[in-house]
Amino acid sequence: MSGGEGRRAILVAVVSTAVFFTLVGLAITHAPGWPEVRRTFFDWGQFKGSLPEISHAFLLNVKIFCIAEVFILVFALLLAVIRSLPGPAALPLRLVGIAYADFFRGVPTILVIAMLGFGAPALRLHHIPLSTTFWGIVALVLVYTAYVSEVYRAGIESVHHSQTAAARSLGLTHWQALRTVVLPQAVRRVIPPLLNDFIGLQKDTALVGFLGSVEAFKQSQIDAAATFNYTSYVAAALLFVALTIPLARFTDWLVLRDRRRRQAVGA
Amino acid sequence: MSEALLVDNVHKSFGRLEVLRGVDLALADHEVVCLIGASGSGKSTLLRCVNLLEPIDAGRIVVEGVDITARRIDVNRIRRRIGIVFQAYNLFPHMSVLRNVTLAPRLALGMSHTEAAAQAMTLLERFGLADKWDDYPDSLSGGQQQRVAIVRALAMKPDLMLLDEVTSALDPELVAEVLEVIRELAAAGMTMLVATHEMSFARDIADRICFLDAGVILEQGPPEQILSAPKEARTQQFLERIIEAGRL
Repeated sequence: MSGGEGRRAILVAVVSTAVFFTLVGLAITHAPGWPEVRRTFFDWGQFKGSLPEISHAFLLNVKIFCIAEVFILVFALLLAVIRSLPGPAALPLRLVGIAYADFFRGVPTILVIAMLGFGAPALRLHHIPLSTTFWGIVALVLVYTAYVSEVYRAGIESVHHSQTAAARSLGLTHWQALRTVVLPQAVRRVIPPLLNDFIGLQKDTALVGFLGSVEAFKQSQIDAAATFNYTSYVAAALLFVALTIPLARFTDWLVLRDRRRRQAVGA
Repeated sequence: MSEALLVDNVHKSFGRLEVLRGVDLALADHEVVCLIGASGSGKSTLLRCVNLLEPIDAGRIVVEGVDITARRIDVNRIRRRIGIVFQAYNLFPHMSVLRNVTLAPRLALGMSHTEAAAQAMTLLERFGLADKWDDYPDSLSGGQQQRVAIVRALAMKPDLMLLDEVTSALDPELVAEVLEVIRELAAAGMTMLVATHEMSFARDIADRICFLDAGVILEQGPPEQILSAPKEARTQQFLERIIEAGRL
């Protein structure tokens, strides 16, 4: 009986999904402007023509992402640790940490990128890089460090204080307790939200194109301007999606695994 | 010869709540003293103060002649000599049993990995836990976890052990194995200050029982006297309630 019900549920799901997407598809393709949209956004010839160059430019997005991520992981952890320092002597450090996180979470990412990307090279100081990509990465690191430090901090605070008490009672110093007992547990707990922030970072690498670095979005803009056709945007979007979807599914899987594990322990 | 532990007129408040209101207590070397008293009487707070997990407001705590509540004292050095075992075990869940036990000797005493591991295995063997060395705390029973917690504290070779209601979180059938460990420690001459609700156990191992009531030690003496012929009315009331609950 339950097998029959299961089959019926699958059938209902398949039919309702098919009906839904057919309706949405019909609504779009019967819109008055559809022939025009199809020509400018979904031109197969344009797609094939622009994909190689955009794919090549997309490597820059991947590079920006990888470099930024390494620095973000380290700096954000430092910031989180600074903000969790105990005692009145550490107050100035804590205040600086709070001000930093508030500022860079408050200012739109695109503004930070613009100010650093256009402002820093304009100083014409010796020994500082002029590359827009460099300053784009710096801006992303500054902004995402603020976000990711909050994630770490939530993790640090989620480790029960009795763990610190146990470590300190054994004669470990504050730093030893933090390093060996608190942080390993904290980091493990925040891996899913960390990955979530990195999906955001992956997309935000497109903002560096605003400075003139030829990454996937900038390249698709160039193509669109040359051909009066926006299919290149769709190509760029598909490339981003191709990278973020696996990461999103991986995150879901980690969350699920973590929940199952905790339930298994609770049972 | 100075006492192993001297608690001298210790006061401790949390906000406006006065938990310890002038506690005086002395332990000789190799002495086992049990603290009894209702929940909230200050037993746990007193143990946490002796371990410097809580700073005291007034008074003095002296361990082997050293005033550990003096200013500018190295709390980490003091804590290495005083082991504490908590009600909720507080094992490190992300480490195997062996790493739980070797962590502090390696970091705080500077033992080598091999030396710490060898010492840990000897202790685990002594308390029947040798086959669990590679297990994680979550896969052990409560009794096993608490025995590991005791071994972890012992690995620092403390002069004094503080046990804070170490059987209170355990299922009844697991209590005996933990009490057996403590009994063995007492027999081996470990100086211990034990907060407990297990009156028959206290009678069994204590050289002296202290009844803590509303932040002071109201009455103390040999187990037989305190448990069978208490002088104070409050002690009598407390013991009557314990007898009603079937724990004496």
